[in-house]
Amino acid sequence: MSESKTPAPAAGPGRTTEELIEEAPFTATAAANVPSAQAAGGRSFLPKSTLLRHLLIVLLSAVGAVILLEVTDPFTNSQLASLTYYAIAAGGLTVLTGLNGQISLGHGALMAVGAYTTALFLQTERGEDPLPLPLILLVSVLTATVVGALVGVAAARLHGPYLAGATLALAVGLPGLAVYFQGTFGGDQGLRVRAPQPPDVFTNFIDLVSGASATGTKWLAYLGTICLLITYFLLANLMRSRIGRTWRAVRDQEVAAELAGINLGTWRVLAFVVSAAAAGLAGGVMALVVRLAAPTNFTLVLSLALLTAIVLGGLGSLLGALLGSALLVFLPPFVTDLGADLGLDSTEAAQIAPLVYGVVLIVAMIFAPAGFVGTLRLRWMTARAKRATAGRAADRG
Amino acid sequence: MSLLAAATVVSTVAACGGSNDDNGGGGSTGGANEASAPGITEDTIKLGAHYPLTGVAAPGYSEIPTGAQAYYDYVNKAGGVYDREIEWIYKDDAYNPTNTSQVVNQLVLEDEVFAIVGGLGTPTHSAVLDFLNTEGVPDLFVASGSLLWGEDPDTNPYSFGWQTDYESEGKVIGQYIADNLPDAKVGLFLQDDDFGEDGEAGLMQYIEDQVVETQRYTSGNTNVAPQMAALQASGADVVVGFNTPSYTALTQLTALQLGFKPSQWIYSNVGSDPALVGSLLARFSQGAVSDASLLDGVITTEYMPGVDAPEDPWVQLWQKVWDESGQEGELTNYRIYGMAQAYTMVQALQAAGQNPTRDDLIEAVETVGADWEGPAFSPFRYSTDSHLGISGMQVVQLAGTAADPQTGILVTDIGDADIEESEAEHATPPESGIPDEEPFN
Amino acid sequence: MQQFVNVTLSGLTQGMIYSAFALALVLIWRSTRIVNFAQGSMAAATAFIALAIINAGASYWVALVVALIAGFVMGALVERIIIRPVEGGPELNAVIVTLGLFVAIQALIAIIAGSSFQSFPTPFGVRGFTIGDTTIALTPTSLYVIGSVLVVMALLVALFRFTRTGLAMRASAFGQEVARLLGVRVGRMLTLGWGLAAVVGSLSGLLIAGGGFVYPAYMDSLIVFGFVAAVLGGLDSPIGAIVGGLILGLALSYISGYVDRGSALVNVSALVILMVVLLVRPGGLFASSTARRA
Repeated sequence: MSESKTPAPAAGPGRTTEELIEEAPFTATAAANVPSAQAAGGRSFLPKSTLLRHLLIVLLSAVGAVILLEVTDPFTNSQLASLTYYAIAAGGLTVLTGLNGQISLGHGALMAVGAYTTALFLQTERGEDPLPLPLILLVSVLTATVVGALVGVAAARLHGPYLAGATLALAVGLPGLAVYFQGTFGGDQGLRVRAPQPPDVFTNFIDLVSGASATGTKWLAYLGTICLLITYFLLANLMRSRIGRTWRAVRDQEVAAELAGINLGTWRVLAFVVSAAAAGLAGGVMALVVRLAAPTNFTLVLSLALLTAIVLGGLGSLLGALLGSALLVFLPPFVTDLGADLGLDSTEAAQIAPLVYGVVLIVAMIFAPAGFVGTLRLRWMTARAKRATAGRAADRG
Repeated sequence: MSLLAAATVVSTVAACGGSNDDNGGGGSTGGANEASAPGITEDTIKLGAHYPLTGVAAPGYSEIPTGAQAYYDYVNKAGGVYDREIEWIYKDDAYNPTNTSQVVNQLVLEDEVFAIVGGLGTPTHSAVLDFLNTEGVPDLFVASGSLLWGEDPDTNPYSFGWQTDYESEGKVIGQYIADNLPDAKVGLFLQDDDFGEDGEAGLMQYIEDQVVETQRYTSGNTNVAPQMAALQASGADVVVGFNTPSYTALTQLTALQLGFKPSQWIYSNVGSDPALVGSLLARFSQGAVSDASLLDGVITTEYMPGVDAPEDPWVQLWQKVWDESGQEGELTNYRIYGMAQAYTMVQALQAAGQNPTRDDLIEAVETVGADWEGPAFSPFRYSTDSHLGISGMQVVQLAGTAADPQTGILVTDIGDADIEESEAEHATPPESGIPDEEPFN
Repeated sequence: MQQFVNVTLSGLTQGMIYSAFALALVLIWRSTRIVNFAQGSMAAATAFIALAIINAGASYWVALVVALIAGFVMGALVERIIIRPVEGGPELNAVIVTLGLFVAIQALIAIIAGSSFQSFPTPFGVRGFTIGDTTIALTPTSLYVIGSVLVVMALLVALFRFTRTGLAMRASAFGQEVARLLGVRVGRMLTLGWGLAAVVGSLSGLLIAGGGFVYPAYMDSLIVFGFVAAVLGGLDSPIGAIVGGLILGLALSYISGYVDRGSALVNVSALVILMVVLLVRPGGLFASSTARRA
């Protein structure tokens, strides 16, 4: 259904195999397909260099984030903090599933790895200072990367539902280790996390920007935002690089890619490693924001929520991952509050939230199968193609 | 750090104001009502809580807030506390700490509740323990018997436990076994978390040499046959369960399956809800289980009267409150739990004074909380040194749907504190069904 | 010895329950190439329908029949109304739709039936048989479960191996275009596949509920273990589903019964078992060569 809407590339002379692979018909989703096509179409008010363009976007986003965090109330700040860890993990997952075509129902478990690492490094004796936070988060990323590599090696051989089943077992199994090794991981009640105090730099910055008080909640929201921007900057560059193109080739044109000398397994593992790294960071941020790393944080629900976020937002798109995550954070309280306003008691209102969430998933997939971002892009491109065709027709006539 | 200091300054100021207002001396006729703290207006007090209302943990627990709702409605109908209506906002966390942290953020930052009351669950509530204590939000009467909330008031000055902690309960049961079943071989069936662990710690103080087998189950894993088979093989003739009600039913069914007949089953208070477990098991009585009351003869503990004592004046009050609230469903022990906590909360609000700050509420519970009379058989342990809740319980034997006391009220504390029998008469509820506490200052 | 026998027997029964659920997943996979995550909620919904009928005074068997019919209707309707629009689209979209259904149906059950525990009757006894003077962990109810699952498996094997309908269903699942050219009414076959799978799912839901308790989320853990069992066996094979379920049931029972604090290791063990099997046979134990690349 997607091929017809994608502008067909003109296979002229002088094009490399790689480009051909990249623009060959896609079988996954339209949304994942679009970025490359758009890059080829190219709009011009942004810098030509991908790196510069991404830097500019990050800078603008950072300014936007500061404004957003300063004009919104503390509760919205805390919701945005939650948004950041979902979005970081979803960003990694969209690389794996959107670009490389591997499904994972187990990213919650990789987040658990990051979260427990962060929690463990923050557990210090009274009076003793923990390691600097950036270092702890980096270690969390590394730990999750190692676990992700192990899982990736196993996953690279698996397809479709077998991969789904294996990662599902991962999502359910790994948190169980935290219960069993309770001496280290605190068992069922988990490890409580005391988020480090905001540094003076931050307090001064907030004072300068808005004069508001630099609360713990605000600090966590900023911390998450910084991690989110860094992650998305790195992921965006990766997606546009040779590596990203190869991932797409591995996803769409297995045979052609193999003929071109690409080792499918290695690239699949690499995709898993990258997404695991993002999940690890997300877990670290989550531990700080939730102030706890416990097995009940990392139920199957979390892994499934991440998957729904990236598909709903638009597979293969970072913006889509962000929007999908926003839905996870903002929809349930919105529905619950709406229910309460309509006169339902708290229990009924709480039960309505999952119902609405489920219905939204179904309706969205039926009416916007390419997700928010994918559907919008398709609309825009169809309109452009029509205009172009009309223009050519007019030229001829 | 600075936050805490600020809060203290505010409280001192407010405390002075409070004592000035109090010229009229005690009761509800001080000066005018003021918006003295977040969540308090001239005519309302906002309270918040988190419960699992959906998902795997919802059965049972989701009834607790409906009970609390019924009691707050009852108090509101009678004019509220200091003419303020209590607004009770409870939210769903599906027993997932991530959600708990989000909904408690909403309650504190957006809804601006005066206090969190009766937040349920150990892993869930520990996610918000630091948040509430750094923000200076009273975190009263956590619905879990974990020691986390009350053991260390220096670290968590705003948190208070409510029900008897699992360690004290373990001690009471342990002593009962040591005294009455000294030759029994005891098998333990424990939930694999702090609930089972604290209970075990209490038990072991008295019956370490009697325990022949310890089996643990993970909540959510509903096949307990392997554990029961191991207990059976150990030759245990007394089985002590620190488990939730559904697991009481599961262990009974599985024992039936295995033909495992220990001479005595003992369940912790949490797991023994006879009405609930009985109704779960009754269904299998047709042809399969000969006697409807499979729990007959089971020994358990109680820290307040429940639906098994319909003649008790407290239970009659709860029945009246529940009937008046017009909510669906019957009175259950979960709902009684919610009402009893709400009752304590009303006492706390009355004691905090007419225009309290958040710190006044804390100070009130610490200073006079130990003297409050209520549905519990024994007093709270609240003081500046301990924020642990109800101090004791009674060992009872279930007979039909009633409970037959086996001991007096046994009062104790965590650690190696002795167990003493309380002489005090159990208080009866006030005529109006609403407590009438004096302001503490 | 008695302990070993009992741990084994309880593992066997538990394994058969996983198998029952796995069979439903296999059936739907064979006939539509979709893994239906909503299977658990749909089964729970029919179990609640059955419970309502029993509470109204009807016998277990009447309730069973009504529940199975309700299951069929629900499965067929879900395929026609909700799945049809996403069929042929990206694979993942169908997964998301079934996840959405899973959440929505469970929420609906809670709203309609409440979220408290309710006991679910069984037509047979729940006391273990006795041999001599020892009781073994095999009850009339567990025999009923094991028997039903085996019968369903046999019927499924027969359906796919010996009937034209079964062949047409498989053909529709594998290649819609080719099947259509061969004169198979693909749409009807897909609806039939969903309907039948929902019947098997409903049966598994009732078997699991019998002699235990139900609440809206009671199928949650079974979705995981049922899915793992199905993948273990190779999603394409009804016999694989049985074997996968049994392996899982027995292994988890032994670990739970013989390892200290083994109950906490159950989920991890399921992961390890699945990983080991998939590393050796990426398409599951009973994979046919064609299924591997599906």
